[in-house]
Amino acid sequence: MRFVDEFRQPELIARAAEEIRRLADPTRHYRLMEVCGGHTHAIYRFGLKDVLPDNIELIHGPGCPVCVLPMGRIDDGMSVAQDPNVIFAAFGDMMRVPGTHGSPLEHKARGRDVRIVYSPADALKLARANPDKHVMFFAIGFETTAPSTALTVLRAKAEGVRNFSVFCNHVTIIPAIRAILDSPDMRLDAFIGPGHVSTVIGCRPYEWIAQNEHKPIVVCGFEPLDLLQSIVMLLRQLKAGEAKVENQYKRVVPWEGNRAALRAMGEVFQLRSFFEWRGLGFISQSALRMRDEFSEWDAEQRFSIPGIRVTDPKAAQCGEVLKGVLKPHQCKLFGRECTPEHPIGALMVSSEGSCAAYFNYEHRKQAMVNILSPTA
Amino acid sequence: MPIRFRDPQIEMAHGAGGQASRRLIEGLFAPILFGASAEPLTDAAHVKFDGAQLAITTDSFVVKPIRFPGGSIGELAVNGTANDLAVSGARPEALVVTYIVEAGLRSEILEAEVRAMGTAAQKAGVRIVGGDTKVVEHGKADSMYITTAGIGRALKGVVIDPASVKPGDKILVSGPIGDHGITILLARGELDLEADLTSDTRSVFPLVEVLVRAAGPGVRWMRDPTRGGAATSLNELARDCGLGIVLQEEEIPVRDAVRGACELLGLDPLHIANEGQFLAVVAPEYADAAINALNLTLGGEDARVIGEVREQPTGAVLISTRYGGSRIIDMLVGDPLPRIC
Repeated sequence: MRFVDEFRQPELIARAAEEIRRLADPTRHYRLMEVCGGHTHAIYRFGLKDVLPDNIELIHGPGCPVCVLPMGRIDDGMSVAQDPNVIFAAFGDMMRVPGTHGSPLEHKARGRDVRIVYSPADALKLARANPDKHVMFFAIGFETTAPSTALTVLRAKAEGVRNFSVFCNHVTIIPAIRAILDSPDMRLDAFIGPGHVSTVIGCRPYEWIAQNEHKPIVVCGFEPLDLLQSIVMLLRQLKAGEAKVENQYKRVVPWEGNRAALRAMGEVFQLRSFFEWRGLGFISQSALRMRDEFSEWDAEQRFSIPGIRVTDPKAAQCGEVLKGVLKPHQCKLFGRECTPEHPIGALMVSSEGSCAAYFNYEHRKQAMVNILSPTA
Repeated sequence: MPIRFRDPQIEMAHGAGGQASRRLIEGLFAPILFGASAEPLTDAAHVKFDGAQLAITTDSFVVKPIRFPGGSIGELAVNGTANDLAVSGARPEALVVTYIVEAGLRSEILEAEVRAMGTAAQKAGVRIVGGDTKVVEHGKADSMYITTAGIGRALKGVVIDPASVKPGDKILVSGPIGDHGITILLARGELDLEADLTSDTRSVFPLVEVLVRAAGPGVRWMRDPTRGGAATSLNELARDCGLGIVLQEEEIPVRDAVRGACELLGLDPLHIANEGQFLAVVAPEYADAAINALNLTLGGEDARVIGEVREQPTGAVLISTRYGGSRIIDMLVGDPLPRIC
């Protein structure tokens, strides 16, 4: 399969792994953060830890949209869905994320009209097909998904579709990285930069990380070879004592980003002064809301939203895991009270959440050293 | 350790064939209906009756849409029932069928499904010997549901028992996985994706028969990996036999269209439903004979060994990737849901 198989070739992967081993100083411990949940997922799915030397530690970052969403936002969204005339539409990722009174799927099982859509445009299509209902799209995601939400709102306005609204939870990646770097307990050497977000924002917004924080960052694709090559590039910078922004994912990411997408976002959204992130707390200028001229399509303005704030269960350490301070299995609830089937925090739900990735692919493997060697 | 069913309400996941389904069956149905019987739960039960070993099974079909590329609900009902019997080591003989039809369904749609069942039964060599019809209010049954019960005669020379599985045994698959589930996902039209793909619905009995003839004494376990996919069936096997399953990723046959759709949607082909494939565990000394025989049979050309049974990881399935990495592959949790980015 094109664009997939080339980046999974065993010989090239073996060569990249060898280069990593050659570059890594054995007396040094490297802490590299992959910002994006898609990378976390890929690292576990492809078993990349098995091919990396022990002194390269990958720290999972906050780039998982459903993971950073505080539970109160889900409760707010579901409160609108209690109206039998409302169709609640969201990405599959959202469906199992627990709110106080259950996940969207559990609300669906109790009779609420909850639909999975693959894009906001599909939610708009639902609205056209159900003129007697109101379709609310529960929008999540970083700059990766925000432009498609923006374009959908623009289309709804242009077509005059009035039974459609967006409950906007879009967040932006840079303030989250800043919050991580400001956190005193984090000692990171370098960043594996988000791939899909960068297709929209480009590479320039990361320059301060290199210039002011003196941390190398390499924007990276999602195949095994992409990740290994990015690690090679980071190690080369670290070895040379450099800190630059580099783009490994050139086949997809333009240095300047996607102007049309940025324009659509700018037209529809403005920054919220504050937004609460699970685990990271309130971060200023870190999330998007809809501009006033689109208030008719803004669910937060159209419906009375209770504005629920729920603190995470005390024992759950989602915040520490999100910041990379704890590994998933170091959380007190991991694999006991909190499992993919009965998740307490969203990190255990989303395939990009580090807890789910760890649970699905790595958990239990820990106790099975050497099992891959052939049996007698 | 006995599982207790404590879930407060029934969710779609309880019917999706994964962990929740298993909890429902083992935690609620089995203890109440089967008592302390320690029999492993299989697709079809074998009962001795007047000296004859009979296999009996029941199945329901609630697929939406009812027609899809490569098949329809009627065909699925016959093949699905025949396959449950076949992988229990039995020759499917006869089945009875119940139609639950939504009022307002156009008669020609019903007729098409009845005809599809007739044709599929003829092809599979099973007789349809009786049935029942119920009509429910409009809006209640997604056009129609079909329930079947099937009976078969145990094949001689083969015993299907997860307890007989041993380290070193080989895991076989009869052909490419994931075709049916991805076809249905795309046929629902919600994803705006198209692929040149059809459901794999078919009776697997001819292949099972070939396998048993070639490797009968070495065949220890079989399963048709429907809902929950191959990953779920193999996890059940791992738990039932208390051993580990190690798969070689590059050996697992998956069509490009299925792989592409899975890459795009963030799904794993091992979690996707099949309706015309089976998995088998065969003693190592019989593996070559089994694969040769299957490969020479129409529809078995892509059969191959995809892994083996090991002492470790106890009760789990591990996939070894082409470049030396590995990952655990668990049962499906809930329904396969596409992810966004």
